Amino acid sequence: MTARRVRSGLAGAALLLGCAAAQAHLASTGLGPVYDGIWHLFVSFDDLLPVLAIALLAGLNGARAARWTLFVLPAAWWAGGAVGFHSGAVSVPAGITSPSLLLLGLLVALDRRLGPSITAALAVALGLLHGGLNGAGIALAGREASGLVGMAGAIFVLAALVSAAALSLRRPWTRIAVRVAGSWIAATGLLMLGWTLSGRA
Amino acid sequence: MKPQPVNVLLLLAGVLLAPPALAHVQQGQAAGFVYGLLHPVSGADHVLAMLAVGLWGAQLGAPAIWLLPVTFPLLMACGGFLGLVGVPLPGVEIGIAASAILLGSMVAAQARPPLWTAALAVGFFALFHGHAHGTELPAGQSGLLYSIGFVVATGGLHATGIAIGLVHRWPWGRTALRAAGLAIAAAGLYFLRRAL
Repeated sequence: MTARRVRSGLAGAALLLGCAAAQAHLASTGLGPVYDGIWHLFVSFDDLLPVLAIALLAGLNGARAARWTLFVLPAAWWAGGAVGFHSGAVSVPAGITSPSLLLLGLLVALDRRLGPSITAALAVALGLLHGGLNGAGIALAGREASGLVGMAGAIFVLAALVSAAALSLRRPWTRIAVRVAGSWIAATGLLMLGWTLSGRA
Repeated sequence: MKPQPVNVLLLLAGVLLAPPALAHVQQGQAAGFVYGLLHPVSGADHVLAMLAVGLWGAQLGAPAIWLLPVTFPLLMACGGFLGLVGVPLPGVEIGIAASAILLGSMVAAQARPPLWTAALAVGFFALFHGHAHGTELPAGQSGLLYSIGFVVATGGLHATGIAIGLVHRWPWGRTALRAAGLAIAAAGLYFLRRAL
């Protein structure tokens, strides 16, 4: 048990020491920060894919899980974004978003019953992490924090549509198609992780 | 339907007055996606093996028809991960050729092994395909979009195999599938000869 803790500590320390500055890749629509925030979600696949994955997972886990996720995900994203924005430049391990893709994709592919509390906890963790990175990116780019409102709104609408679609699936093959989509998301996350560790990202 | 002069003029005006495309800050992303999309279809050995997975899945029916195409991308990504981080895998080209031989033979023989055996075989060979792709990945492309394109193309090939394999419900379709399996296995022998 002690050896495992030491190994985990070393792995955590290695991740933290290998930090890279958060990379801002903000979209610009010319319609103002709120629209920029909305647009950002749909052109940033490292944010879009985990949102799709958690929405699919919530839908597969039933109406209660979907309802919880629908509200806690945008709230956590906004809260994380506010913290990231006010703390300015945040240093995070390079490729920190790849594990969220891998984990959520695997959970969708496995189609395990997690329950509303665990699904909501995953949504909160996802929202805080990605929202924090987005908020820091906005601060770094010197833009207005109201872009976070657009992001949170877009996430609410997208999560509502996707989780409702997953929830309404009745035929067995449609549920399996969602699991296939989850395996694709997990595979993308794993490739991204390798890409990052190889230093090519 | 005769083209209207106004429409032609509008089209010409649109083409001639078009400003240069301005990419937003994520430059090079589309190139990454397209490159990833094209990579799995750029080699006949990869294409045939992935089609064979779909064909075999269609022959086996549920749940293999879904399990095999889920197993392949996941294990292929594991192989890609190993290739990306520089973990060597011996005999990659031989493994890829062997995948076409074995999977083609399974389709030709209409083999029905236990589900876990089929999944294990498909997953094992997927590692070789993924490793080859992982080591071939060029630097400077968008990693995320490349990966998405890569996975989508692989899934698309499986879906194509499954769609073709649906002819299995007709007697002539079963014969055609077996012939296709034989052709894939023969192509695998050619790939093996080239790899040795």
